Amino acid sequence: MEATDVQADALPSKKHRIRAAFAQVPALGWILGILCTVFVERLWGDPLSYQLYLPKLPVLFGCLIMFKQPALIPSALAYVALIYVIPISAVALFSRKVTNLLAGQLSRLPLWVACLVHLGLFYLALHYWADLSDYRELVLKLTMIAVMLTLSINLINGYMGEFSCSHPGFMALGAYAASTVTLLFFANDRMFGEALLPTALGPWFFPLALIIGGFVASAGALIVAIPSFRTRGDYLAIISLAFMFMVKSFIENMEWIGGPRGMGSQPNWSTLPVVFAWMVICIWVINNFVRSIFGKALNAVRDNEIAADAMTVNTRKTKMTAFLLGAFWAGVAGGLFAHVMRFINPGTFGIQRLAEILAMVYFGGLNSVVGSIVGAVSINLISEMLRPLEIYKWIVIPLILILVMLYRPTGLIAFREFDIQKILQPKLDKD
Amino acid sequence: MPLLRVADMTHYFGGLRAVHQFNLSVEPGEIRGLIGPNGAGKTTIFNLITGIHTPTKGTVELEGRNLIGLQPHEIAASGLGRTFQNLLLWRHMSVMEHVKMAHYSQLSYGLVGALFGTPRRNREERQVEDNTLRLMEMFDVAKYADWIVGNLPYGAQRRVEMARAMATKPKVLFLDEPTAGMTPEELVQMIAIIRKVHRDFGVAIFLIEHRLKFVMELCQRIQTLVFGEVIADGTPDEIQNNPKVIEAYLGKEDIH
Repeated sequence: MEATDVQADALPSKKHRIRAAFAQVPALGWILGILCTVFVERLWGDPLSYQLYLPKLPVLFGCLIMFKQPALIPSALAYVALIYVIPISAVALFSRKVTNLLAGQLSRLPLWVACLVHLGLFYLALHYWADLSDYRELVLKLTMIAVMLTLSINLINGYMGEFSCSHPGFMALGAYAASTVTLLFFANDRMFGEALLPTALGPWFFPLALIIGGFVASAGALIVAIPSFRTRGDYLAIISLAFMFMVKSFIENMEWIGGPRGMGSQPNWSTLPVVFAWMVICIWVINNFVRSIFGKALNAVRDNEIAADAMTVNTRKTKMTAFLLGAFWAGVAGGLFAHVMRFINPGTFGIQRLAEILAMVYFGGLNSVVGSIVGAVSINLISEMLRPLEIYKWIVIPLILILVMLYRPTGLIAFREFDIQKILQPKLDKD
Repeated sequence: MPLLRVADMTHYFGGLRAVHQFNLSVEPGEIRGLIGPNGAGKTTIFNLITGIHTPTKGTVELEGRNLIGLQPHEIAASGLGRTFQNLLLWRHMSVMEHVKMAHYSQLSYGLVGALFGTPRRNREERQVEDNTLRLMEMFDVAKYADWIVGNLPYGAQRRVEMARAMATKPKVLFLDEPTAGMTPEELVQMIAIIRKVHRDFGVAIFLIEHRLKFVMELCQRIQTLVFGEVIADGTPDEIQNNPKVIEAYLGKEDIH
């Protein structure tokens, strides 16, 4: 009797201790844990899945297997626990003294050095994780592109507080412009014939092609912005939706870029490091922007335009900047997307894509960079994991969205600042 | 030369004459009042001068420079700061962000600085932050620096609005009913704050008020507005004893 009482008392405090120990793990510790787990999987992934009667190495945390063969659920869960959960937590926990020390050392260096070290290690983990299957690599690339799209639409729908629906249109403009540049100048293909410049130069000019794509999308945004900024709210939503359809039918009727048949055989230049680098640049630039006074002016315009005007804020310029910047990054993301899929057609940039983008931004959280990242990653991964459900996937994902909207109307992580320094700092004070 | 000169300003909303032949000249360092019953057009006059509406007729000049036709943010940047009758604060932003935001026109780092975080941006934002801290200290809201404005007590929200207006470095400060909805104690505090602003910054102040006690105590000259027309202009004593003013106010009392 007494013994069980003592145990009951001891349990919560133990739980509390474990939680406190995890709270001391710095970002570096988690990255190290992920890195270790990736190597654990490379070493023992195949033999372990054989031992657990799994048909092959589970590519996406065992979800696909679980839906296809429910009998294998315990095996898949065991695999996830043994390969991912236990190694990550163990390494993160037991290395926390060392990683805190290292993070402390790094925090004394300039911020960008610390950032690069963390990002480099994180990229290494992603790279070796994706190395095991092409499917993983594709999912990762699409997720990173989704992060860029979500972040760029958050500028307009979150920070500026307008409801813009033209993002797939901007993405299409960027995708087609970037593809045209690469196919015309750097690739031999059916549509444009011989490359005008040596094909070996291609990868070096790829960033330029993406930036051109971004600027074309911005030019498109200018066309929407001029008439629609006289209106607000519902009207902007309708105008921007109309713009999306205009872009789609415009491309469908342009025979020289493939019309409704689409445009294919883009060179495979959107490799994992390239997409990762662009995503990091996108996050960095947008985070810089929204933390500056010019970016905060967006919030002021959203919350009260008259007050913003009276406080010397140039409201028109502010809105225009955000709109064009959002479109620019959507265009860049579109260009990357075209070179990942290596085939685009107008149908890709329709209402379905819009629904996905909106789901990601509203799920993750308005007015927050972290929210956008979380939203894009989770919706993208959930929709990949639910792929075996086929059409029913589109019942489950909206249901999740409805639940989020009910309990957190502005999204999971809304209205939060993304402070890199705070994330990277050591969590344990030296004593 | 007066600091702010408004001459023959008339404004129609459709067929309704909201303001008729309004004249005003504010000298540097002066506190001026505008009183009048509800719906007399006081706030409309503020909105006309600060560019929210463009007057149908008339001239508005600040230090001899014409303001008609400028955008509201250009007028604000040229030296007309204002507060609002019903507190137009930005509901998702902290007190600190409010005061920082009002420095917008004083920043020159532009889009490149905003996107890439240049050293110039860091330097300018640090200056803005110093000035913001100083202003928040002055208006006694520094302790709320990281609060979202909606959570502040009402009086503090009023002070945030004034701190924000002062951050635009105004030459003339427009206060639209600064004591609306305040208790008598808060009213006394507000008088002290306005005196302090007037003394420390040396700005001219033009204020709208309902409470006669408040205007009588602060203002050197007062105008009385009824149905868009000025019926009396003079010192507090002259206004208090002007039969037209008494009639306008008592007449309004009769209706109730």
